[in-house]
Amino acid sequence: MKTGQTDLPVLLPSRPPATPGEWGLSDASAVFGSRKVLAALVAFAVLSVAVAEAADANARPGILATVLKWTPLIATGFLFNLAVSVASMAVGTVAGVMLGLGQISIFRPVRGISWAATQFFRNSPWLVLLFFAMFLLPFEMKIGGVTVALPAWFKAIIGLALPVMANVAEIVRGGIRSIPVGQWESAESLAFTRFQTLWRIILPQAVKRMIPPWMNLYAILTMATTLISVVGIQDAMTLTRGALVAEARTDLYLPLYAMLLLLFFVYCYPIARLTQALERRFAVRI
Amino acid sequence: MSHELGAPIVVIDAIEKRFGALVVLRDISLTVRRGECVCVIGPSGSGKSTLLRAINALVPVSKGSIRVDGIEVNDPDLDKLALRRKVGIVFQQYNLFPHKTALENVMMAPLHVLKQPKDEVEARARRLLAKVRLSDKEGAYPGELSGGQQQRVAIARSLAMNPTLMLFDEVTAALDPETKKEVLVTIRELAAEGMTCMLVTHEMGFAAEVADHIYFTDGGTIVEHGPPAEFFKNARHERTRAFLDQVL
Repeated sequence: MKTGQTDLPVLLPSRPPATPGEWGLSDASAVFGSRKVLAALVAFAVLSVAVAEAADANARPGILATVLKWTPLIATGFLFNLAVSVASMAVGTVAGVMLGLGQISIFRPVRGISWAATQFFRNSPWLVLLFFAMFLLPFEMKIGGVTVALPAWFKAIIGLALPVMANVAEIVRGGIRSIPVGQWESAESLAFTRFQTLWRIILPQAVKRMIPPWMNLYAILTMATTLISVVGIQDAMTLTRGALVAEARTDLYLPLYAMLLLLFFVYCYPIARLTQALERRFAVRI
Repeated sequence: MSHELGAPIVVIDAIEKRFGALVVLRDISLTVRRGECVCVIGPSGSGKSTLLRAINALVPVSKGSIRVDGIEVNDPDLDKLALRRKVGIVFQQYNLFPHKTALENVMMAPLHVLKQPKDEVEARARRLLAKVRLSDKEGAYPGELSGGQQQRVAIARSLAMNPTLMLFDEVTAALDPETKKEVLVTIRELAAEGMTCMLVTHEMGFAAEVADHIYFTDGGTIVEHGPPAEFFKNARHERTRAFLDQVL
């Protein structure tokens, strides 16, 4: 058989990494796992600006300068997105753990209702659930004679927490189910109650297996928080759009959205890396 | 082995177990007295494990009566926890708690179920691990132990509840010949000390040596039973002889 030369396009093996640069490239790539990812990131940013610059060579103020001008404002909005993501995750996790445990309840009605709720919220579009929550929850609530206003951001947190809840419920149920029945049997035969068995034997083992998918869900939720811009909340997405309206320059669309994407990427990618690392560490050892 | 046999601890009377249309146990009756060691042998799928699991209510029976030290097991109002405090069971697959050390495995049930004081429980757990010759493995996690060592920890874990009766469900079936021996030695010592034991096993030599009484089951019924000397030398039933010819 002939080997070696060919004029067909072939996939070459990747080159060995270049020596690290002197301005801390190696530190940054440690966070991002590999230099390839970092290089792709930089290339993406530069390209976005370059494409925009090329599209309108005699632009008024420099595009980079304009992007930098808006960055602090958009970053503030991004912090708001993060706050919403943390709050939704917290609410969704607490509710989801209860729903997940409900699915393994020995009481049939509890099991049925938990199962139905999980399936319903897991198979609904996040955006529709968000709208649903916005209109379902009232503007204000009377709690013991005190009228409490329900701001839009609060409703948005609840709206996003609904699908999170359903997904956490599945993670909890799956984690518990992944523990061999022998563990239940031996705990039962040592006269542990069902609650003790869950709390002392099953959950400590299952939680380890739940953490990676839970983190993965958090990363997905963080990216999904931009949905709240649709229901009129001033998040990073809304602010970016506002900046574009204020500037009224088509050449800014690409770079500004690229900047927004980068913000999310820089936050979510390390979570994905950490998730993978944990998955490897918790890989089943029996 | 021979010792003074006491009052009946387990009295099984005409139990039946069905899984749908499949009858797994049919009209089984047997008695285990205090201090007695009973072995149940028979081909795979003859219902031996189900019988053992029925005794500590891991498997509910469909008909008949099982009395364990005065507690009726086939009763909808059964206090399962009270029953299981009296009955220890050791499984083929050890089923140790992998997130706990050997010592913690032994301590867990007395600590959390019997609510005994920690220092007392710990001292007894150490004695039990010494008894199964694993004093040097107190801090080891199950994943770091051999099959035989894990099985001995499992035995110590059951003994920690001070059971009246110990059930062994094919405890050596997953072990290689060398580690098998350490486990069998442990069980033999227990039987010699007068612990009431019920074993399901495929180790005929061991059954012959340790049992006071042997039951042979096939197709969900007890085909015949007797003291080992008699049972192994002059089996009366054709099925028993065919089985013994195959395994001996």
